[in-house]
Amino acid sequence: MAGKRKVRPAVYGLMAEFDNPSDAVAAARRVHEEGYRRVDAFSPYPVEELSEAIHAHTTKMPLIVLIGGILGGMGGFLLQFYIATIYYPINVGGKPLYSWPAFIPVTFECTVLGAALFAVFGMLALNGLPEPYHPVFNAPNFALASRDRFFVLVESADPKFDRERTAEFLRTLGPREVTDVEH
Amino acid sequence: MEAATTHTFDAPAELGRYRTRALLVGAVFLVVGAALAFLMGQTAGYGGLVHVLRSYLVGFFFVTGVSVGSLAWLCLGHMTGGAWAITSRRLFEAATRCIPLCAVLFIPVVVSLFVHDHGHSVYEWSDPSIVAGDEALKHKSLYLNPLFFIIRAVVYFGVWFAFAFILSRWSAEQDRSADPRLRRKMQDISGPGILLFGLTVTFAAIDWGMSLEPHWFSTIYGLIIMAGWGLSALAFIITVATWLGAREPMEHAYQPLHFHDWGKLLLALVMLYAYFAFSQFLITWAGNLPEEIPFYLRRLRGGWQFIGLTIILFHFALPFVLLLSRHRKRVPRSLRRIALLMLFMRVVDLVFFFAPSVHQGGEPEWHASDLARSFLPMLAMAVGLGGIWLWYYFGQLASRPLLPLGERDLEKAIAPAEGHH
Repeated sequence: MAGKRKVRPAVYGLMAEFDNPSDAVAAARRVHEEGYRRVDAFSPYPVEELSEAIHAHTTKMPLIVLIGGILGGMGGFLLQFYIATIYYPINVGGKPLYSWPAFIPVTFECTVLGAALFAVFGMLALNGLPEPYHPVFNAPNFALASRDRFFVLVESADPKFDRERTAEFLRTLGPREVTDVEH
Repeated sequence: MEAATTHTFDAPAELGRYRTRALLVGAVFLVVGAALAFLMGQTAGYGGLVHVLRSYLVGFFFVTGVSVGSLAWLCLGHMTGGAWAITSRRLFEAATRCIPLCAVLFIPVVVSLFVHDHGHSVYEWSDPSIVAGDEALKHKSLYLNPLFFIIRAVVYFGVWFAFAFILSRWSAEQDRSADPRLRRKMQDISGPGILLFGLTVTFAAIDWGMSLEPHWFSTIYGLIIMAGWGLSALAFIITVATWLGAREPMEHAYQPLHFHDWGKLLLALVMLYAYFAFSQFLITWAGNLPEEIPFYLRRLRGGWQFIGLTIILFHFALPFVLLLSRHRKRVPRSLRRIALLMLFMRVVDLVFFFAPSVHQGGEPEWHASDLARSFLPMLAMAVGLGGIWLWYYFGQLASRPLLPLGERDLEKAIAPAEGHH
């Protein structure tokens, strides 16, 4: 890709604004069907179908959490194994030094800890947070996304994006308004 | 949205056909199980009739667990509210109305207190000739004696029946009047209901289960049984819901969201049960006391150790891993497979808890053939009593609308998640 300068699109994307979740979900589905993939949606409360419509559920999060849990559990178990048998062996009640039943509670707790830490930091990383500036806040009325409006965004980075045609398409989906989102 | 209020949500007509089928299968399995238990008990030398009654106890304990566990879920649902509670309420209510049937099914357990065959009994503390020669049992006889055992059982069933009856009655009244005060009343009674559930189930578990090995004790036993009953009830109701959800009129009432919630609760109960069961093992293992370890010594030899391993794998590990998946919780058919696995494993776990405690005078010598002698009649009896219980349950389920029609939040609870707010 060296030498090929990327031309920055004039706008960040196009924002369609809806009154109610049903219209937003229907619109998001149509947008996806039309082939747009760099799509986002915003609602005042979690709308399960909206996430599904833009395929936001197919993230790497579950895998990251699973890996965190397995690493945490293995780490916890091996830590106890190392301490109990090699680093500081103590005879407890005549039991063998390697007594796995006693390790289970801590192993469980470490699994939860590992999974939770990977969940929090994995979520932040995948979302690109912290991010002090984001263009979507340039969209007019966007403050209402935390009150009673529903927004569907098509990013200009989408290969199918065309400022005129995409805007025309979005207008056919029954929004209150379709607006440019400046960088 | 209007349809929700005018629809009556009557149970599908096929239920009647399944009802007679359940009774038929139940009766056949009960007879076969009893015959099998009698022959096997006779040839093994632990008393034919005693072995019949012992096998029966597993089936009784299982179906009573589903009925009484449902009472706990019902109370919990009234207290927390939520779509999962509203949509599953009628399924749990019908199960709690089976408590009188369980009381009738308790009669053979009472009979077992008076059946002794050459030193063999279901409850060895009930045999005066054994108690007379056992110092510990003599001291425990103040609590462990047939009369007090029966009185306590009457109290348990009385408490369970009272709560089941009142909650079912108010819920039916709510269907007719839609009086918002009824919701508050059901909520108010559910708190004490949960409390009494905890107390009565703890004592019932000690009486009916733990006293099979009267020299042994475990302070977490009541909690294990409570979690077990809750798990059985939830797995059963999920199975019924997935069946109903595939037909009219519930096809459009149950949403993926509801199955998701029930699946999450199932995952929580699978983990809770494993936590309690492992705690008992860990504490017994760490303490290593002669009066506590016989429970595990009996279950770690003669083939029972493999049953124990099976329970760890299929009562915990496999359902745990499967239920982590969001997809499997939301798709009824996948969730039903896990629920059915849990129901089966609950019976296996009960056999594991109840069967190796057979009194044989001194430390028992176990052989793998004893596994078959325990499992075949006990599983058959569990299916038999399960069939009879199901026959009664389907009748109760069909007698009311499948959703609480007078509930203020019903429409919101059964609306697809994208609906207007």
